[in-house]
Amino acid sequence: MGRLVKHHLFWPLCVLAALLLFNLCYSPDFFTITMHDGHLYGSLIDILNFGSPLILVAIGMTLVVATKGIDLSVGSIVAISGAVACLSISKGPDQNSLALILISVLLAVGLSLILGLWNGLLVSVAGIQPIIATLILMVAGRGIAQLVTGGQIITVTSAKYAYIGSGSLATLPFSIFVVILVLLIALLTRRTALGLFIESVGCNPTASLMAGVRAKWVILAVYIFCGLCAGIAGLLLSSNVSSADGNNAGLWYELDAILAVVIGGTSLNGGRYYLTGTVIGALIIQTLTTTIYMIGVPPEITLVVKAFVVLAVCLIQSDAFRAAFAARWKTRHYPAEKEITRHVS
Amino acid sequence: MSLNRKYIPIVVTILLFLVMFAAGSFRYTGFFSLQVLMNLLVDNAFLLVTAVGMSFVILSGGIDLSVGSVIALSTMISASLVQQLGWPPLVVIPLVLLMGAAFGSAMGAIIHYFKIQPFIVTLAGMFLARGLCYVISIDTITIDHPFYTAVAQTKIPLPGGSFLSISAVIALIVVAAAIYTAHYTRFGRNVYALGGNEQSALLMGLPVARTKVLVYTLSGFCSSLAGVVFTFYMLSGYGLHAVGFELDTIAAVVIGGTLLTGGVGYVLGTFFGVLIQGVIQTIISFEGTLSSWWTKIVIGLLLFVFILLQRVLSSGGPARKSS
Repeated sequence: MGRLVKHHLFWPLCVLAALLLFNLCYSPDFFTITMHDGHLYGSLIDILNFGSPLILVAIGMTLVVATKGIDLSVGSIVAISGAVACLSISKGPDQNSLALILISVLLAVGLSLILGLWNGLLVSVAGIQPIIATLILMVAGRGIAQLVTGGQIITVTSAKYAYIGSGSLATLPFSIFVVILVLLIALLTRRTALGLFIESVGCNPTASLMAGVRAKWVILAVYIFCGLCAGIAGLLLSSNVSSADGNNAGLWYELDAILAVVIGGTSLNGGRYYLTGTVIGALIIQTLTTTIYMIGVPPEITLVVKAFVVLAVCLIQSDAFRAAFAARWKTRHYPAEKEITRHVS
Repeated sequence: MSLNRKYIPIVVTILLFLVMFAAGSFRYTGFFSLQVLMNLLVDNAFLLVTAVGMSFVILSGGIDLSVGSVIALSTMISASLVQQLGWPPLVVIPLVLLMGAAFGSAMGAIIHYFKIQPFIVTLAGMFLARGLCYVISIDTITIDHPFYTAVAQTKIPLPGGSFLSISAVIALIVVAAAIYTAHYTRFGRNVYALGGNEQSALLMGLPVARTKVLVYTLSGFCSSLAGVVFTFYMLSGYGLHAVGFELDTIAAVVIGGTLLTGGVGYVLGTFFGVLIQGVIQTIISFEGTLSSWWTKIVIGLLLFVFILLQRVLSSGGPARKSS
């Protein structure tokens, strides 16, 4: 039992289970999944489908956070990627031609790789603090996305492009398969030495350099991967609604992604990361949003709930907070203990 | 080199402002006038007030993401109390300022006592304040109380036929008070010390806890004051006011030459950082054909240049080795 409680997925899973349980009590047919025209329909499928862009972005963010970094520009990359793909498709002669879709998707993915590379270069080569380095692209990227779309919402009428975000494969939404693929690639870091390198760079870049890890390359790689994830998320998001909106697509995604990472148990101080935790964190956020919609509370109230979730999760993770609570619950006090904590902290 | 290294960023900022203003004056007729200069203050008064609060936070080595939401919440509370409950503005405004300060100090206390990163705590604050706006109302509340319209329309004439608004005067007073606080009070020195190195500040016996909480209190106060100024400017309360404003504010502070690692920078730099953003917007509106998103791209570029400049200065200098 003790081991179970200590497991890093225990608390996130509890929260998710509690949310789902609440939904079940509130509307008993929450878990019903119906088959319709060869597609599965149901609230659970919706959560997976609508949550997939967030999961993707959060996976990329997890690796960045593991190196003690942060990537604020993901929301802008989401917008740029969707805008570029939609623009390229809308300019084409035949919006349903497979070649055009492929070129547009590759263009968007390639661009997001370059944007990720830009972030990575600023952080690793120029040595700028991650939060500031990615702030540049966060501010400018939103402008670039609006420049690409011309401030309008670009709509495309391509059934093939819409398939990426809303089509279904083997009765499940196609986006879920994209997420699984990316998650598997990310999980490869756990099977190779790369995961260890990422964690060591997050703990101490200088020490890992001394130990022979090419810290700069590792940092570069995680930012490129994060850009890639955000780019794919942008494709999913824009193809789901068959349009690109430079102003609002991916707005505040960076915050949701960071929230998912933190809920999943990855510390913002770097040095360790839990990809499965992040996925559960993202699912918690999406379930929360769905729940709030379902209860009929104005969706804007989600922000208040999110605020308390962030705060609660952070407080639980904070050593100082736990120590303060532990002290309150303790019945015996030793004078020497106080002396030690005073000198150590 | 006769010029002290530490003044280079602020000198670059001021020069950049002068060059941009001169370029605008040569290019567009009617640009070179005192009124255009004054309009920079009139239109950016709330940005200036917020950026001053943010400067202190960044100087202390922290960051405050909640400023935009606190502005929105202030406009919302003012609007609902004045319009819907009919409270007198002279009661509402101090109440709003108190609310902002309390909000900031709560965040500061959590940051300090529970040792959570400022980024995350103020992020939660941002969500909370924005959400509370919608709890009050989802729609815009227009303010037509005579006090607010009077303040909004009052023009203070200056020699040369130009004028300032009351908001701009408030902003200038805030800047003056901030410069005094930063450079001539104990609190100001403590903030710089805290930003330079928290551990050292603690070992020197400086009141780290008090300073840290006060810095966020100050930022919350400035944000709510900016919210009050914003209600004079927009004459409405709305939950979507000042979305993404925290980025503009941080950008203004960075362009003003303040190091985001803390400990280095000047409030005067922030003042010019705000003016530079104002000039960019003015040039774009004079150009007419350029769209508003160019502002974001240009600000992004400027951020890049200034951050790189700081990086070169701080890594090349013997005095400071950035972490």
